[in-house]
Amino acid sequence: MARRYSIPQIASSEITPEPVYLKRRHFLQVAGLAALPALVGHSSQSAASNVTGGTPLTFNPGSDFNTAETRTPLEDISSYCNFYEFGTDKGDPAKYAHQMTTDPWAIEVSGEVAKPGKLNLEDIVSGFDLEERIYRLRCVEAWSMVVPWVGFPLADLLQRFEPTSDAKYVAFETLHRPSEMRGTRSFTSIIPWPYREGLRMDEAMHPLTLLSVGMYGKTLPNQNGAPVRLVVPWKYGFKSIKSIVKIHLTSKQPATSWQTINSREYGFYSNVNPGVDHPRWSQSRERRLPNTLFDQNWMETQLFNGYQDQVAGLYKGMDLKRNY
Amino acid sequence: MPKWVKPGVFVLCLLPLCFLGYAAASNDLGPDPAERVMHITGEWALRFLVLTLLMSPLRQWTGKSWPLKLRRMLGLYTFFYACVHLVSFGQFFLGWTPELLLEELAERPYIAVGFTAWLLMLPLAITSTKGMQRRLGRNWRRLHRLVYVAAAAASLHLLWISRSDIGEALIYTLVLATLVLWRARAAILPGREGQTRA
Repeated sequence: MARRYSIPQIASSEITPEPVYLKRRHFLQVAGLAALPALVGHSSQSAASNVTGGTPLTFNPGSDFNTAETRTPLEDISSYCNFYEFGTDKGDPAKYAHQMTTDPWAIEVSGEVAKPGKLNLEDIVSGFDLEERIYRLRCVEAWSMVVPWVGFPLADLLQRFEPTSDAKYVAFETLHRPSEMRGTRSFTSIIPWPYREGLRMDEAMHPLTLLSVGMYGKTLPNQNGAPVRLVVPWKYGFKSIKSIVKIHLTSKQPATSWQTINSREYGFYSNVNPGVDHPRWSQSRERRLPNTLFDQNWMETQLFNGYQDQVAGLYKGMDLKRNY
Repeated sequence: MPKWVKPGVFVLCLLPLCFLGYAAASNDLGPDPAERVMHITGEWALRFLVLTLLMSPLRQWTGKSWPLKLRRMLGLYTFFYACVHLVSFGQFFLGWTPELLLEELAERPYIAVGFTAWLLMLPLAITSTKGMQRRLGRNWRRLHRLVYVAAAAASLHLLWISRSDIGEALIYTLVLATLVLWRARAAILPGREGQTRA
Protein backbone atom coordinates (compact mmCIF):
# COMPACT_ATOMS: atom_id res chain seq x y z
CA MET A 1 0.00 0.00 0.00
CA ALA A 2 2.77 2.44 -0.83
CA ARG A 3 1.00 5.66 -1.73
CA ARG A 4 1.85 9.21 -2.54
CA TYR A 5 0.10 10.51 0.53
CA SER A 6 2.03 9.11 3.44
CA ILE A 7 2.72 12.52 4.96
CA PRO A 8 0.56 14.09 7.68
CA GLN A 9 -0.40 17.19 5.74
CA ILE A 10 -0.81 17.66 2.04
CA ALA A 11 2.40 19.23 0.83
CA SER A 12 1.83 22.58 -0.79
CA SER A 13 3.49 21.19 -3.90
CA GLU A 14 0.61 18.73 -4.25
CA ILE A 15 -2.03 21.41 -4.43
CA THR A 16 -2.94 22.60 -7.88
CA PRO A 17 -2.07 26.31 -7.94
CA GLU A 18 -5.10 28.43 -8.60
CA PRO A 19 -3.82 29.86 -11.89
CA VAL A 20 -3.30 26.33 -13.22
CA TYR A 21 -6.75 25.31 -12.03
CA LEU A 22 -8.32 28.35 -13.65
CA LYS A 23 -6.34 27.82 -16.82
CA ARG A 24 -7.70 24.31 -17.11
CA ARG A 25 -11.23 25.57 -16.69
CA HIS A 26 -10.54 28.20 -19.30
CA PHE A 27 -9.29 25.54 -21.71
CA LEU A 28 -12.46 23.55 -21.18
CA GLN A 29 -14.58 26.60 -21.86
CA VAL A 30 -12.70 27.48 -24.99
CA ALA A 31 -12.98 23.92 -26.22
CA GLY A 32 -16.71 24.16 -25.64
CA LEU A 33 -16.48 21.26 -23.25
CA ALA A 34 -17.54 23.08 -20.11
CA ALA A 35 -21.08 21.74 -20.32
CA LEU A 36 -19.96 18.20 -21.01
CA PRO A 37 -19.22 17.06 -17.44
CA ALA A 38 -22.96 17.18 -16.89
CA LEU A 39 -23.29 14.43 -19.49
CA VAL A 40 -21.53 11.93 -17.28
CA GLY A 41 -23.00 13.31 -14.10
CA HIS A 42 -19.56 14.30 -12.97
CA SER A 43 -19.43 16.69 -10.06
CA SER A 44 -16.40 18.90 -10.35
CA GLN A 45 -14.41 19.96 -7.33
CA SER A 46 -16.16 22.41 -5.09
CA ALA A 47 -15.40 26.00 -5.95
CA ALA A 48 -13.25 28.02 -3.59
CA SER A 49 -16.30 29.79 -2.15
CA ASN A 50 -17.69 26.45 -0.98
CA VAL A 51 -14.73 25.67 1.25
CA THR A 52 -15.53 25.61 4.95
CA GLY A 53 -13.56 24.67 8.06
CA GLY A 54 -9.78 24.61 7.88
CA THR A 55 -9.04 26.76 10.92
CA PRO A 56 -5.93 25.36 12.67
CA LEU A 57 -6.57 23.68 16.03
CA THR A 58 -4.32 23.18 19.02
CA PHE A 59 -4.23 19.54 20.03
CA ASN A 60 -2.10 16.78 21.48
CA PRO A 61 -0.70 14.51 18.82
CA GLY A 62 -0.56 10.79 19.23
CA SER A 63 -2.83 8.29 20.89
CA ASP A 64 -2.57 4.60 21.64
CA PHE A 65 -5.53 4.02 19.36
CA ASN A 66 -3.97 5.46 16.22
CA THR A 67 -3.64 3.27 13.18
CA ALA A 68 -0.47 3.50 11.13
CA GLU A 69 -2.35 2.80 7.89
CA THR A 70 -2.12 5.27 5.03
CA ARG A 71 -4.46 8.17 5.58
CA THR A 72 -7.08 9.10 3.05
CA PRO A 73 -6.21 12.57 1.71
CA LEU A 74 -8.25 15.48 3.07
CA GLU A 75 -9.40 16.30 -0.43
CA ASP A 76 -11.00 12.87 -0.78
CA ILE A 77 -12.55 12.81 2.70
CA SER A 78 -14.12 16.19 2.06
CA SER A 79 -15.37 15.50 -1.47
CA TYR A 80 -16.84 12.02 -1.02
CA CYS A 81 -19.45 12.19 1.72
CA ASN A 82 -22.78 10.83 2.79
CA PHE A 83 -24.62 13.71 4.42
CA TYR A 84 -28.15 13.33 3.09
CA GLU A 85 -29.27 16.67 4.52
CA PHE A 86 -27.47 18.11 1.50
CA GLY A 87 -28.43 15.48 -1.08
CA THR A 88 -27.85 11.78 -1.66
CA ASP A 89 -25.06 12.05 -4.22
CA LYS A 90 -21.58 11.66 -2.73
CA GLY A 91 -20.60 15.02 -4.22
CA ASP A 92 -23.67 16.93 -2.98
CA PRO A 93 -22.41 17.69 0.56
CA ALA A 94 -19.20 19.26 -0.79
CA LYS A 95 -21.30 21.36 -3.14
CA TYR A 96 -24.02 22.51 -0.77
CA ALA A 97 -22.94 22.12 2.86
CA HIS A 98 -21.36 25.59 2.90
CA GLN A 99 -24.93 26.91 3.03
CA MET A 100 -25.17 25.66 6.62
CA THR A 101 -24.46 28.25 9.32
CA THR A 102 -22.18 26.78 11.97
CA ASP A 103 -21.61 29.91 14.03
CA PRO A 104 -23.26 30.41 16.49
CA TRP A 105 -23.62 26.78 17.50
CA ALA A 106 -24.56 25.02 20.72
CA ILE A 107 -25.25 21.50 21.89
CA GLU A 108 -28.17 21.04 24.24
CA VAL A 109 -27.70 18.22 26.75
CA SER A 110 -30.86 16.97 28.45
CA GLY A 111 -32.60 13.95 29.94
CA GLU A 112 -31.12 11.73 32.61
CA VAL A 113 -28.46 14.16 33.79
CA ALA A 114 -28.09 16.05 37.06
CA LYS A 115 -27.10 19.27 35.32
CA PRO A 116 -28.88 19.67 31.99
CA GLY A 117 -27.82 22.62 29.89
CA LYS A 118 -26.28 24.05 26.78
CA LEU A 119 -22.70 24.05 25.69
CA ASN A 120 -21.57 26.69 23.21
CA LEU A 121 -19.15 25.77 20.47
CA GLU A 122 -16.39 27.99 21.93
CA ASP A 123 -16.63 26.05 25.20
CA ILE A 124 -16.55 22.76 23.33
CA VAL A 125 -13.40 23.60 21.40
CA SER A 126 -11.55 25.29 24.25
CA GLY A 127 -12.98 23.40 27.22
CA PHE A 128 -11.65 19.93 26.44
CA ASP A 129 -8.24 18.47 25.73
CA LEU A 130 -8.17 17.91 22.02
CA GLU A 131 -6.10 15.07 20.64
CA GLU A 132 -5.51 13.47 17.29
CA ARG A 133 -7.12 10.08 16.66
CA ILE A 134 -6.32 8.30 13.44
CA TYR A 135 -9.19 5.89 12.91
CA ARG A 136 -10.48 3.59 10.21
CA LEU A 137 -13.93 4.61 9.00
CA ARG A 138 -16.01 1.80 7.50
CA CYS A 139 -19.14 2.85 5.61
CA VAL A 140 -22.09 0.47 5.48
CA GLU A 141 -21.79 0.76 1.68
CA ALA A 142 -18.58 -1.31 1.78
CA TRP A 143 -15.98 1.41 1.34
CA SER A 144 -13.59 2.70 3.97
CA MET A 145 -11.18 5.52 4.72
CA VAL A 146 -8.51 6.34 7.29
CA VAL A 147 -9.19 9.69 8.94
CA PRO A 148 -6.95 11.69 11.32
CA TRP A 149 -9.67 13.19 13.51
CA VAL A 150 -9.12 15.87 16.13
CA GLY A 151 -11.45 15.63 19.09
CA PHE A 152 -11.98 14.46 22.64
CA PRO A 153 -13.73 11.49 24.25
CA LEU A 154 -17.51 11.85 24.37
CA ALA A 155 -17.25 10.60 27.95
CA ASP A 156 -15.48 13.84 28.95
CA LEU A 157 -18.46 15.87 27.81
CA LEU A 158 -21.12 13.58 29.25
CA GLN A 159 -19.45 13.56 32.67
CA ARG A 160 -19.74 17.35 32.92
CA PHE A 161 -23.51 17.01 32.86
CA GLU A 162 -23.44 14.24 35.48
CA PRO A 163 -25.48 11.35 34.06
CA THR A 164 -27.92 9.80 36.54
CA SER A 165 -28.13 6.09 37.26
CA ASP A 166 -31.12 5.93 34.90
CA ALA A 167 -29.00 7.03 31.95
CA LYS A 168 -28.81 3.84 29.92
CA TYR A 169 -28.68 5.28 26.41
CA VAL A 170 -27.55 8.43 24.65
CA ALA A 171 -29.57 9.88 21.76
CA PHE A 172 -28.12 12.39 19.29
CA GLU A 173 -29.71 14.76 16.83
CA THR A 174 -28.30 16.57 13.81
CA LEU A 175 -29.24 20.15 13.01
CA HIS A 176 -32.46 20.35 10.99
CA ARG A 177 -32.64 23.65 9.15
CA PRO A 178 -34.41 23.14 5.82
CA SER A 179 -33.57 26.62 4.55
CA GLU A 180 -29.88 25.67 4.63
CA MET A 181 -30.20 21.96 3.92
CA ARG A 182 -31.55 21.33 0.47
CA GLY A 183 -31.65 17.54 0.91
CA THR A 184 -34.24 17.84 3.67
CA ARG A 185 -36.50 19.67 1.22
CA SER A 186 -36.60 16.68 -1.15
CA PHE A 187 -40.15 15.38 -1.54
CA THR A 188 -38.97 11.88 -2.32
CA SER A 189 -36.70 11.40 0.68
CA ILE A 190 -38.03 8.89 3.15
CA ILE A 191 -35.86 10.04 6.08
CA PRO A 192 -37.86 11.68 8.86
CA TRP A 193 -35.72 14.70 9.83
CA PRO A 194 -33.86 15.52 12.00
CA TYR A 195 -31.35 12.72 11.61
CA ARG A 196 -31.11 10.71 14.82
CA GLU A 197 -28.56 8.32 16.23
CA GLY A 198 -27.99 6.58 19.52
CA LEU A 199 -25.54 4.60 21.61
CA ARG A 200 -25.76 2.45 24.67
CA MET A 201 -24.29 4.23 27.70
CA ASP A 202 -21.24 1.96 27.89
CA GLU A 203 -20.59 2.50 24.18
CA ALA A 204 -20.89 6.26 24.64
CA MET A 205 -18.48 6.22 27.59
CA HIS A 206 -15.93 4.04 25.79
CA PRO A 207 -12.56 5.78 25.34
CA LEU A 208 -12.61 5.13 21.58
CA THR A 209 -15.85 7.10 21.17
CA LEU A 210 -14.93 10.57 20.06
CA LEU A 211 -16.57 13.94 19.63
CA SER A 212 -14.64 15.38 16.73
CA VAL A 213 -14.24 19.05 15.88
CA GLY A 214 -11.58 18.67 13.23
CA MET A 215 -9.42 16.53 10.99
CA TYR A 216 -5.94 16.90 9.58
CA GLY A 217 -5.30 19.36 12.42
CA LYS A 218 -7.94 21.84 11.35
CA THR A 219 -11.62 22.45 11.96
CA LEU A 220 -14.03 20.23 10.01
CA PRO A 221 -15.41 21.22 6.63
CA ASN A 222 -19.22 21.48 6.88
CA GLN A 223 -19.73 18.42 4.68
CA ASN A 224 -17.85 16.30 7.20
CA GLY A 225 -20.11 17.30 10.07
CA ALA A 226 -18.94 20.69 11.29
CA PRO A 227 -18.71 22.03 13.84
CA VAL A 228 -18.94 18.93 16.00
CA ARG A 229 -19.70 15.31 15.18
CA LEU A 230 -19.54 11.88 16.69
CA VAL A 231 -16.96 9.26 15.67
CA VAL A 232 -17.54 5.63 16.66
CA PRO A 233 -14.86 3.75 14.75
CA TRP A 234 -16.10 0.21 15.33
CA LYS A 235 -19.56 0.91 13.92
CA TYR A 236 -20.70 1.64 10.38
CA GLY A 237 -20.19 5.26 9.39
CA PHE A 238 -23.83 6.31 9.63
CA LYS A 239 -23.67 5.85 13.42
CA SER A 240 -21.11 8.68 13.56
CA ILE A 241 -23.74 11.42 13.43
CA LYS A 242 -22.75 14.82 12.08
CA SER A 243 -23.38 18.44 13.06
CA ILE A 244 -24.84 17.58 16.46
CA VAL A 245 -27.22 19.99 18.22
CA LYS A 246 -28.86 17.73 20.80
CA ILE A 247 -27.66 15.03 23.17
CA HIS A 248 -30.36 13.37 25.23
CA LEU A 249 -29.71 10.72 27.86
CA THR A 250 -32.53 8.23 28.38
CA SER A 251 -33.45 5.04 30.14
CA LYS A 252 -34.91 3.53 26.96
CA GLN A 253 -33.24 2.63 23.69
CA PRO A 254 -33.79 5.60 21.38
CA ALA A 255 -35.10 5.32 17.83
CA THR A 256 -32.40 5.93 15.23
CA SER A 257 -32.99 7.19 11.71
CA TRP A 258 -31.86 4.23 9.62
CA GLN A 259 -33.50 1.75 11.95
CA THR A 260 -36.75 3.71 11.67
CA ILE A 261 -36.57 3.73 7.88
CA ASN A 262 -35.65 0.08 7.46
CA SER A 263 -35.17 -2.00 10.60
CA ARG A 264 -34.52 -5.16 8.59
CA GLU A 265 -31.42 -3.62 7.01
CA TYR A 266 -30.12 -1.35 9.76
CA GLY A 267 -30.00 -2.25 13.44
CA PHE A 268 -29.43 -0.13 16.52
CA TYR A 269 -25.94 -1.52 17.08
CA SER A 270 -24.65 -1.57 13.49
CA ASN A 271 -21.25 -2.82 14.57
CA VAL A 272 -18.92 -3.51 11.67
CA ASN A 273 -19.19 -7.25 11.16
CA PRO A 274 -18.00 -9.14 8.07
CA GLY A 275 -20.09 -12.12 9.17
CA VAL A 276 -23.42 -10.31 9.03
CA ASP A 277 -24.31 -9.16 5.51
CA HIS A 278 -26.49 -6.23 4.70
CA PRO A 279 -29.56 -7.86 3.11
CA ARG A 280 -28.69 -6.27 -0.22
CA TRP A 281 -24.91 -6.55 -0.27
CA SER A 282 -21.98 -8.33 1.30
CA GLN A 283 -20.11 -6.83 4.25
CA SER A 284 -17.18 -9.24 4.06
CA ARG A 285 -14.97 -6.89 2.02
CA GLU A 286 -14.38 -3.19 1.63
CA ARG A 287 -12.73 -0.83 -0.83
CA ARG A 288 -10.19 1.42 0.86
CA LEU A 289 -10.32 4.92 -0.57
CA PRO A 290 -8.82 6.44 -2.54
CA ASN A 291 -8.47 3.73 -5.14
CA THR A 292 -8.01 3.56 -8.88
CA LEU A 293 -9.66 1.85 -11.81
CA PHE A 294 -6.69 -0.52 -11.93
CA ASP A 295 -6.86 -1.48 -8.29
CA GLN A 296 -9.97 -1.06 -6.18
CA ASN A 297 -7.99 -1.68 -3.00
CA TRP A 298 -10.31 -4.47 -1.90
CA MET A 299 -9.53 -5.77 1.58
CA GLU A 300 -11.15 -8.06 4.10
CA THR A 301 -13.43 -6.29 6.57
CA GLN A 302 -12.47 -6.90 10.19
CA LEU A 303 -14.84 -7.62 13.05
CA PHE A 304 -15.58 -4.35 14.89
CA ASN A 305 -13.56 -2.68 12.14
CA GLY A 306 -10.38 -3.97 13.74
CA TYR A 307 -11.15 -2.56 17.20
CA GLN A 308 -12.06 -5.99 18.55
CA ASP A 309 -9.51 -5.91 21.38
CA GLN A 310 -10.97 -2.68 22.69
CA VAL A 311 -14.71 -3.23 22.29
CA ALA A 312 -15.53 -6.94 22.06
CA GLY A 313 -16.08 -6.94 25.83
CA LEU A 314 -19.06 -4.60 25.43
CA TYR A 315 -20.97 -7.31 23.59
CA LYS A 316 -20.03 -10.38 25.59
CA GLY A 317 -22.80 -12.98 25.45
CA MET A 318 -24.76 -11.03 22.84
CA ASP A 319 -25.87 -12.68 19.61
CA LEU A 320 -24.34 -10.29 17.07
CA LYS A 321 -26.37 -11.81 14.24
CA ARG A 322 -29.60 -10.95 16.01
CA ASN A 323 -28.37 -7.63 17.40
CA TYR A 324 -26.99 -6.34 14.12
CA MET B 1 -33.87 12.70 -43.09
CA PRO B 2 -30.61 14.38 -44.16
CA LYS B 3 -27.66 12.09 -44.64
CA TRP B 4 -25.63 13.52 -41.77
CA VAL B 5 -28.24 12.80 -39.07
CA LYS B 6 -27.43 9.17 -38.49
CA PRO B 7 -23.65 9.54 -38.21
CA GLY B 8 -24.24 12.68 -36.16
CA VAL B 9 -26.41 10.85 -33.66
CA PHE B 10 -23.93 7.98 -33.63
CA VAL B 11 -21.13 10.30 -32.52
CA LEU B 12 -23.38 12.09 -30.05
CA CYS B 13 -24.25 8.80 -28.38
CA LEU B 14 -20.57 8.04 -27.95
CA LEU B 15 -19.90 11.29 -26.10
CA PRO B 16 -20.83 10.05 -22.62
CA LEU B 17 -18.33 7.24 -22.98
CA CYS B 18 -15.68 9.60 -24.33
CA PHE B 19 -16.18 11.95 -21.45
CA LEU B 20 -16.06 9.11 -18.96
CA GLY B 21 -12.79 7.98 -20.50
CA TYR B 22 -11.43 11.51 -20.40
CA ALA B 23 -12.46 11.95 -16.76
CA ALA B 24 -10.91 8.60 -15.87
CA ALA B 25 -7.67 9.42 -17.67
CA SER B 26 -7.38 12.80 -15.97
CA ASN B 27 -8.06 11.30 -12.54
CA ASP B 28 -11.28 13.24 -12.22
CA LEU B 29 -13.65 10.54 -11.00
CA GLY B 30 -13.02 11.04 -7.29
CA PRO B 31 -11.62 8.67 -4.67
CA ASP B 32 -13.83 5.72 -5.69
CA PRO B 33 -13.76 5.80 -9.49
CA ALA B 34 -15.16 2.28 -9.89
CA GLU B 35 -18.35 3.30 -8.15
CA ARG B 36 -18.64 6.38 -10.39
CA VAL B 37 -18.17 4.29 -13.52
CA MET B 38 -20.90 1.88 -12.39
CA HIS B 39 -23.24 4.73 -11.57
CA ILE B 40 -22.65 6.64 -14.80
CA THR B 41 -22.80 3.69 -17.21
CA GLY B 42 -25.95 2.35 -15.56
CA GLU B 43 -27.59 5.73 -15.77
CA TRP B 44 -26.73 6.11 -19.46
CA ALA B 45 -28.07 2.65 -20.26
CA LEU B 46 -31.36 3.75 -18.70
CA ARG B 47 -31.38 7.06 -20.54
CA PHE B 48 -30.83 5.32 -23.86
CA LEU B 49 -33.58 2.86 -23.02
CA VAL B 50 -35.97 5.77 -22.47
CA LEU B 51 -34.84 7.36 -25.76
CA THR B 52 -35.29 4.08 -27.63
CA LEU B 53 -38.79 3.57 -26.32
CA LEU B 54 -39.62 7.16 -27.16
CA MET B 55 -39.06 6.66 -30.88
CA SER B 56 -42.32 4.91 -31.77
CA PRO B 57 -44.50 7.46 -29.99
CA LEU B 58 -42.43 10.23 -31.56
CA ARG B 59 -43.10 8.85 -34.99
CA GLN B 60 -46.78 8.88 -34.32
CA TRP B 61 -46.86 12.36 -32.85
CA THR B 62 -44.71 13.94 -35.51
CA GLY B 63 -45.86 11.81 -38.42
CA LYS B 64 -42.25 11.71 -39.53
CA SER B 65 -40.26 8.59 -40.16
CA TRP B 66 -36.88 9.66 -38.77
CA PRO B 67 -37.55 8.39 -35.22
CA LEU B 68 -37.88 4.84 -36.49
CA LYS B 69 -34.70 5.18 -38.51
CA LEU B 70 -32.82 6.05 -35.33
CA ARG B 71 -34.48 3.47 -33.11
CA ARG B 72 -32.18 0.55 -33.88
CA MET B 73 -29.07 2.58 -33.18
CA LEU B 74 -30.45 3.91 -29.90
CA GLY B 75 -31.47 0.38 -28.88
CA LEU B 76 -27.99 -0.90 -29.63
CA TYR B 77 -26.49 1.95 -27.63
CA THR B 78 -28.73 0.97 -24.71
CA PHE B 79 -27.29 -2.51 -24.92
CA PHE B 80 -23.77 -1.13 -25.37
CA TYR B 81 -23.91 0.99 -22.19
CA ALA B 82 -25.53 -1.92 -20.33
CA CYS B 83 -22.58 -4.07 -21.46
CA VAL B 84 -20.04 -1.53 -20.20
CA HIS B 85 -22.00 -1.40 -16.95
CA LEU B 86 -21.93 -5.19 -16.65
CA VAL B 87 -18.25 -5.51 -17.59
CA SER B 88 -17.38 -2.78 -15.06
CA PHE B 89 -19.16 -4.74 -12.37
CA GLY B 90 -17.32 -7.92 -13.31
CA GLN B 91 -13.98 -6.15 -13.45
CA PHE B 92 -14.16 -3.71 -10.53
CA PHE B 93 -16.42 -5.48 -8.08
CA LEU B 94 -15.98 -9.17 -8.77
CA GLY B 95 -12.52 -9.33 -10.30
CA TRP B 96 -14.05 -12.05 -12.48
CA THR B 97 -14.18 -14.46 -9.54
CA PRO B 98 -16.85 -17.09 -10.30
CA GLU B 99 -17.58 -17.73 -6.60
CA LEU B 100 -18.26 -14.04 -6.02
CA LEU B 101 -20.48 -13.88 -9.10
CA LEU B 102 -22.57 -16.84 -7.95
CA GLU B 103 -22.85 -15.39 -4.45
CA GLU B 104 -23.93 -12.01 -5.77
CA LEU B 105 -26.48 -13.51 -8.14
CA ALA B 106 -27.93 -15.80 -5.51
CA GLU B 107 -27.98 -13.43 -2.57
CA ARG B 108 -28.42 -9.98 -4.07
CA PRO B 109 -31.72 -9.93 -5.92
CA TYR B 110 -31.12 -6.48 -7.42
CA ILE B 111 -28.04 -7.79 -9.16
CA ALA B 112 -29.95 -10.80 -10.48
CA VAL B 113 -32.69 -8.46 -11.73
CA GLY B 114 -30.18 -6.17 -13.42
CA PHE B 115 -28.49 -9.13 -15.02
CA THR B 116 -31.90 -10.33 -16.23
CA ALA B 117 -32.48 -6.98 -17.91
CA TRP B 118 -29.18 -7.38 -19.76
CA LEU B 119 -30.00 -11.00 -20.70
CA LEU B 120 -33.37 -9.94 -22.10
CA MET B 121 -31.68 -7.37 -24.31
CA LEU B 122 -29.08 -9.81 -25.61
CA PRO B 123 -31.34 -11.57 -28.17
CA LEU B 124 -32.71 -8.18 -29.22
CA ALA B 125 -29.22 -6.93 -29.99
CA ILE B 126 -28.38 -10.15 -31.88
CA THR B 127 -31.53 -9.97 -34.00
CA SER B 128 -31.31 -6.25 -34.64
CA THR B 129 -29.97 -6.60 -38.19
CA LYS B 130 -32.18 -6.09 -41.22
CA GLY B 131 -31.51 -9.67 -42.31
CA MET B 132 -32.66 -11.08 -39.01
CA GLN B 133 -35.70 -8.84 -39.08
CA ARG B 134 -36.64 -10.27 -42.48
CA ARG B 135 -35.95 -13.85 -41.50
CA LEU B 136 -37.98 -13.70 -38.31
CA GLY B 137 -40.94 -11.94 -39.92
CA ARG B 138 -43.87 -11.56 -37.53
CA ASN B 139 -41.90 -13.21 -34.77
CA TRP B 140 -39.38 -10.38 -34.84
CA ARG B 141 -41.95 -7.95 -33.47
CA ARG B 142 -43.08 -10.45 -30.86
CA LEU B 143 -39.52 -11.07 -29.76
CA HIS B 144 -38.71 -7.40 -29.53
CA ARG B 145 -41.57 -6.80 -27.14
CA LEU B 146 -39.09 -8.23 -24.63
CA VAL B 147 -37.72 -4.71 -24.41
CA TYR B 148 -40.68 -3.81 -22.21
CA VAL B 149 -39.85 -6.64 -19.81
CA ALA B 150 -36.26 -5.44 -19.82
CA ALA B 151 -37.46 -1.92 -19.00
CA ALA B 152 -39.44 -3.26 -16.03
CA ALA B 153 -36.41 -5.22 -14.81
CA ALA B 154 -34.14 -2.18 -15.19
CA SER B 155 -36.58 -0.03 -13.18
CA LEU B 156 -36.76 -2.62 -10.44
CA HIS B 157 -32.96 -2.86 -10.44
CA LEU B 158 -32.70 0.89 -9.86
CA LEU B 159 -35.47 1.08 -7.27
CA TRP B 160 -33.87 -1.76 -5.36
CA ILE B 161 -30.52 0.01 -5.11
CA SER B 162 -32.01 3.22 -3.70
CA ARG B 163 -31.28 3.71 -0.05
CA SER B 164 -33.35 6.62 1.19
CA ASP B 165 -34.26 8.94 -1.64
CA ILE B 166 -36.12 7.13 -4.38
CA GLY B 167 -36.70 10.30 -6.40
CA GLU B 168 -34.39 9.50 -9.30
CA ALA B 169 -35.46 5.87 -9.50
CA LEU B 170 -39.09 6.94 -9.40
CA ILE B 171 -38.66 9.37 -12.29
CA TYR B 172 -37.10 6.70 -14.52
CA THR B 173 -39.74 4.18 -13.51
CA LEU B 174 -42.59 6.58 -14.23
CA VAL B 175 -41.16 7.60 -17.60
CA LEU B 176 -40.56 3.99 -18.62
CA ALA B 177 -43.99 2.93 -17.33
CA THR B 178 -45.66 5.72 -19.31
CA LEU B 179 -43.91 4.61 -22.49
CA VAL B 180 -44.77 0.96 -21.91
CA LEU B 181 -48.40 1.79 -21.14
CA TRP B 182 -48.61 3.96 -24.22
CA ARG B 183 -47.58 0.99 -26.33
CA ALA B 184 -49.89 -1.36 -24.49
CA ARG B 185 -52.81 1.00 -25.03
CA ALA B 186 -52.09 1.16 -28.73
CA ALA B 187 -51.94 -2.61 -28.91
CA ILE B 188 -55.16 -3.13 -26.97
CA LEU B 189 -57.37 -0.49 -28.56
CA PRO B 190 -58.89 -1.87 -31.78
CA GLY B 191 -58.28 -0.11 -35.03
CA ARG B 192 -55.09 1.58 -33.94
CA GLU B 193 -52.82 -1.28 -34.88
CA GLY B 194 -52.06 0.26 -38.27
CA GLN B 195 -50.80 3.46 -36.76
CA THR B 196 -48.35 1.88 -34.40
CA ARG B 197 -46.99 -0.81 -36.65
CA ALA B 198 -43.30 -0.37 -36.76
